[in-house]
Amino acid sequence: MPLIQIKNLTRKFEDFTAVDNVSLDIDEGEIFGLLGPNGAGKTTILSMLATLLSPTSGEALICGHDIVKNPTQVRHCIGFVFQDPSSDDLLTGRENLYLHALMYGVRKSEINRKIDEGLMLVDLTDKQHVKMRKYSGGMRRRLELARGFLHNPKVLFLDEPTLGLDPQTRESLWIYIKKLSVENKITIILTTHYMEEADKLCDRIGIIDRGKIIALDTPFNFKKNMGGDLVSISTSNPDLPSLEKIACITQVKYEHDLLSLTVDDAGRHLQEILAHVGEALKVEIHSPTLHDVFLKLTGKRMREGSGGGEGGWMTRSMHAGKR
Amino acid sequence: MQGKDSNMTKGAVTAELRGLYAIWYRELLVFMREPSRLVGSIIQPLLWLVIFGTGVGSIIEPGTISGVDYQQFLFPGILVMTVLYGSLFFGLYIILDKRIDFLKEVLVAPLRKSTMFFGKALGGSTDGLLQIIILMVLGAIFFGIHFTLLSIILTFIIVSLLLISITSLGLAIGSLMDSPEGFGLISSFAIFPLFFLSGALFPVRNLPDWLKTVVMINPVSYAVDALRSVILGITGYSLLLDFSVLIIFTALTVITGTWAFKRIKL
Repeated sequence: MPLIQIKNLTRKFEDFTAVDNVSLDIDEGEIFGLLGPNGAGKTTILSMLATLLSPTSGEALICGHDIVKNPTQVRHCIGFVFQDPSSDDLLTGRENLYLHALMYGVRKSEINRKIDEGLMLVDLTDKQHVKMRKYSGGMRRRLELARGFLHNPKVLFLDEPTLGLDPQTRESLWIYIKKLSVENKITIILTTHYMEEADKLCDRIGIIDRGKIIALDTPFNFKKNMGGDLVSISTSNPDLPSLEKIACITQVKYEHDLLSLTVDDAGRHLQEILAHVGEALKVEIHSPTLHDVFLKLTGKRMREGSGGGEGGWMTRSMHAGKR
Repeated sequence: MQGKDSNMTKGAVTAELRGLYAIWYRELLVFMREPSRLVGSIIQPLLWLVIFGTGVGSIIEPGTISGVDYQQFLFPGILVMTVLYGSLFFGLYIILDKRIDFLKEVLVAPLRKSTMFFGKALGGSTDGLLQIIILMVLGAIFFGIHFTLLSIILTFIIVSLLLISITSLGLAIGSLMDSPEGFGLISSFAIFPLFFLSGALFPVRNLPDWLKTVVMINPVSYAVDALRSVILGITGYSLLLDFSVLIIFTALTVITGTWAFKRIKL
């Protein structure tokens, strides 16, 4: 039985349908990504699953517990790393973890060990006694990530886990997330509007647009279904008839000394292709990305850099816990 | 089977109590970490005592108000004022916490909503009690207030009841409001009448009937009256009435607060 079962989940805010009839099963141990632009309804789905928001209609079971009928049981088996900062500025990293452990029912005898482990996993052991207001954005995210794992939840929600962070910090966070999920065998649902993040982290991706899941597959299949890699070769004398006979080549185009081929798994067949091309001045292989997938599915580009959250996280983090 | 069940319940109760402790402890940690907040919260009441107390005191013959100076007469009222302002505005933090995701970290915890509410309310009340203790020490040293062990204990009880009820009221307003501006508006409407119509600044005995009635309707008046009676020995209503009203008021505000907190909108 899937660990998370979502059936016809819908949430309306007055006239606006934020989540529109979403059905989804997620298996134990899976890292599932909800990929979509800002305002697509990703956070609303997570909020409903975490019992912070009640659905307008539809239902969902997490670890067998109904999110509407048994919210407390649901909260017993989940963890949440929020999009906006949610730790206390005036307290140290360790204090924030300690309070979390108490609230989320970590056994007393295990609290210190769990906190030490968590700090070590996200490399914050030497900063544990520093007040959070002195943390950088990336450090803060790492601490909140460790906190989400602290009470051994069966399911962990990550809402835009790397929003507003620089590329290096983002990649290092991916490593932490992978590491934590493998070591703790946790099912993770994350939302993101970074294609690369979904590609690198997720076992399966649901592409969401205007509250609807419009496509659902593994990153590999998504890209494969785009029809293979595009190989561009600058050459003056290709052997077009033989090229057309090669099985893995699905399309051949030759214009102005530029040969364009659509190839399944170009990396493996490059040698064979080049044998029929003659003298190649320049070879380029472009593998389809989730960008291409998204563009094809929705007919629009997803803006990665801009959008509501970007930068906002940092600004808001400055107000966090200001009291 | 029976035994196992009751064990599980015991575990659940322990979990709730630890959650309660965590939420309370957090409020206290945050409060203590910024000494400027504690000092700031003491300055306003001190200014009232020193400046308003001296100013008004200068036009009143010493000892004409039930045999004490105006400054001393004012002291219990200023304790109540400190509670009112400090505790009601404590609810404002809930609105600020809503704007970031801090409140969600608490709301997703596997605890009852009432536990979360009590943790917050007790946390806010403890902050307030610390302010009151400092004011009592300053009162004893600089304003000639004489405390006995009994009056200290009774003062703590009265102040605690008022703290819990006003904090609950603040949390209720904070839970239902979305913007700090809205909170400011509502709470000003609540604080001013509760304070000015409580007899904190003047004796109730010689007031015209209409004003006396309004003061009688205000539950805060009974806290002022009880404190004045316990600290200065000036009796107005009976202590039994004072305590009855305060206990009922506390129960009602706690129920309202819990109700509002369960309906919190994010």
